[in-house]
Amino acid sequence: MLFQGTFQSAITFNGSSHPLIPPVLGLHIPDGFLSLPVSLFGWVVAVVFIAISLKKVESVYGDRTVSLMGVCAAFIFAAQMINFPIPGGTSGHLLGGTLAGALLGPWAASLVMSAVFIVQAVLFQDGGITVLGPNIFVMGLIGTFGGYYLYRAIRFAIGRDRWTGAAIGLAIAAWVSVEAAAVIVAIMLAISGTVPSGVALIAMAGWHALIGIGEALITVAAVSYVWRTRPDLLFDPPRKRQDRLSRDQYT
Amino acid sequence: MSNRSSQMQYGKFFLIGLGVALIIAAVVSPFASSNPDGLERVAEDLGFIDRAHPEPLAQKLPFAAVFDGYALKGAPAVVATPVAGIVGALAAFGVAWVAGKLLIRKPGPSSDTRVDEYETRD
Repeated sequence: MLFQGTFQSAITFNGSSHPLIPPVLGLHIPDGFLSLPVSLFGWVVAVVFIAISLKKVESVYGDRTVSLMGVCAAFIFAAQMINFPIPGGTSGHLLGGTLAGALLGPWAASLVMSAVFIVQAVLFQDGGITVLGPNIFVMGLIGTFGGYYLYRAIRFAIGRDRWTGAAIGLAIAAWVSVEAAAVIVAIMLAISGTVPSGVALIAMAGWHALIGIGEALITVAAVSYVWRTRPDLLFDPPRKRQDRLSRDQYT
Repeated sequence: MSNRSSQMQYGKFFLIGLGVALIIAAVVSPFASSNPDGLERVAEDLGFIDRAHPEPLAQKLPFAAVFDGYALKGAPAVVATPVAGIVGALAAFGVAWVAGKLLIRKPGPSSDTRVDEYETRD
């Protein structure tokens, strides 16, 4: 009842930015929201997965990936600046983990997302430096690993070489990754004693269900461009065999 | 290259990607919504926004003298955000590129069998 009311009243209430803190974007957690143990947990997760990613990038990728990593980081940084309005006086922006994962695979994508969050925290005071680890975990790794493998499973189940399958997989994975990130932030805030868990869960999941739709639309649009122009650059490129290709050409 | 006539050349793809990123960072960014975002909004509504540290570590770095959030300090509004966007996008490009360059030693595309399937198609 109380929880329901919180999100309901949140929709009709037109809030204004708080003057005390610099404008933060998206899910970026500022310094001070998380307790030390919760923050440390986020750091451990981030460090473990980044270490795995460093190893994997060394062994799996070829040097063409280097420039793709750069472009992907620049694009996701730029896209994260664009807060789109959502109904009810709130805004959201792309996280991009699922997008990066589909383009580069989970390991290179995790390094790209980490690069973006490091630049945001260090240069632009967006997201606290003491909670950089938790931010990388929540906004990056959930998408690059969770989002990527969900997209891959759905796409391969429908048909690996069909755009429809890829689009459905991307849309669902992008939305789920944002919602999962919001829920995990709510849980972290609750364990930190910042806010009661029930209220935080409803409010965070409610808003991010809407923000996730934006994430899904942008992710599908961006990957569809690569699918049409250079599908071979995708981490899981569609297989265009000779027979299929020639048949496509004449139909 | 001839057997890839239907595909965009890699250099062109790369430049378009970087160009789109810089255009978004420089031209679109001033039009971004200034409504509070998801977490900020929840923090305001549920009354824990003042838990944010009043003097976060990032404010003590030398960069804080140059950028106030995503805005160049002391610059008029029309250039402050675009400059921050371009600097940030190039910095993100640089960090990710250097990480890749230091780690990746193998020539060519990813040495994954999945790519090989594609490469041998034509």
